[in-house]
Amino acid sequence: MIAMIREMSNTAQRLNIPLGVQLDLTYRCNERCVHCYLDHDDHGEMSTAEIKDLLDQMAEAGVFFLTISGGEILMRRDFFEILEHARRLMFCVKLKTNAVMIHEAEADRIAALTMESVQISVYSHRAEVHDAITKLPGSLKKSMRGAKLLAERGVKVIFANVLMRENFGDYQGVQALAAEAGAEYTVDPTITPMMDGDRSILNLNIERAELEQVFRDASLLGMSSEEFCAPPAGPMDEEDAMNTLPCSAGHTACYVSPYGEVYPCVQFPLPTGNVRTTKFIDIWKHSPQMNEVRSITMADLPVCSTCSHGGGSCSRCPGLAYLEGNMRGPSSQDCEKSYARTGVETAGMKLRGTQPAAGLVQIQLAVPRPGLQYVASA
Amino acid sequence: MSAVYIARSREVAARMLGGEMMIMSARDSTLFSLNATAAAIWKAADGVTPLDEIVKQHVCAAFEVDPAVALPDAEELVQGLAQHGILKISNAPIEEAS
Repeated sequence: MIAMIREMSNTAQRLNIPLGVQLDLTYRCNERCVHCYLDHDDHGEMSTAEIKDLLDQMAEAGVFFLTISGGEILMRRDFFEILEHARRLMFCVKLKTNAVMIHEAEADRIAALTMESVQISVYSHRAEVHDAITKLPGSLKKSMRGAKLLAERGVKVIFANVLMRENFGDYQGVQALAAEAGAEYTVDPTITPMMDGDRSILNLNIERAELEQVFRDASLLGMSSEEFCAPPAGPMDEEDAMNTLPCSAGHTACYVSPYGEVYPCVQFPLPTGNVRTTKFIDIWKHSPQMNEVRSITMADLPVCSTCSHGGGSCSRCPGLAYLEGNMRGPSSQDCEKSYARTGVETAGMKLRGTQPAAGLVQIQLAVPRPGLQYVASA
Repeated sequence: MSAVYIARSREVAARMLGGEMMIMSARDSTLFSLNATAAAIWKAADGVTPLDEIVKQHVCAAFEVDPAVALPDAEELVQGLAQHGILKISNAPIEEAS
């Protein structure tokens, strides 16, 4: 199965086909999560007709994996019309939602349309923590109701647990909650900058010691911590570096915003075109920005190509590097993760004079940590 | 032998990729790859055209194969796809097919 998906990805890359797309239907949301990277105002979302036309174009272009996300997708009154159209076009659809608006009728319709999975954001097993993050009273109870309704109908549900200062101590509780709801569990220990580049929310990131704890918890890794945290294998050899791509962004995957803007990835907000003025496939194939991203191999990364983590212990995100000002540079957040994983400094950290990453260092300032009581009592 | 009708399951995702039809069962995420011949049958599985007619129209004509050779292979194929839940088989037209 994994081999087949890898083969699909290789074929898509060879043929320049956008195999996977994340389409955000809206940035509007009924929650106001403290770590969210989006501006929730509506600045002119695509209409139903525009989105259906885009889906037609994406199917024609060869898109197979379609992630429908937001904002909160159910804030769109035409959500099911869009979803039905997507499934009629035989996309493999994954939904990302907070599930607050999923009642029996919505769960029935989602189950009938057969999703690959529905990913639901859950931050804590304790309502007071979860609801303080979402700023929506009662949201954990409602999200759990939605999750259970979906799981009862045979829908694959995944709890996505973003870790931050406020909820770090609760991830085992969320794992237990997922098991209770019949859901799978995934964790993300990284808060990313806002799409407009504002980095203020990075001070919500967990501390290095906490990151180290995450990377040594086998229940989160899917492999032994010894294997995951093994010392770096050294820089990638030159030939491998020439043939290795930083990630799928722009190569086999891209992102489309509610306003029709196309980016290499939701975390890589480099404007490449807008489907309101240019056909999706023309942006994908001919945008100079997309082609620039596509041209970059590991060998083109002046710092990362020399890094001892280049051989496998780094999960460098070019989007985060772009948001730090240089898509060919290191991402300080990923350097931090590699360091927390192995205890070995990255080339990026050495270049910065071993200064911990901005955003993470802010946690160590002498500011009382809001939410620390949650960690202490966990 | 009575006519056999086939219809694509609605519980799958599918897309042509590099000359092959990639099909994923949305129920269990099992992934299948169909070659050009199998893909031709899959695409023509509208629930109302009998399998022997599909084979004549979409396999024999396109791939220059004798129906006597192609039909048994096609029957085996559709049985296999049906077992994985990505195709429905019936001795009568399948009305709910897309």
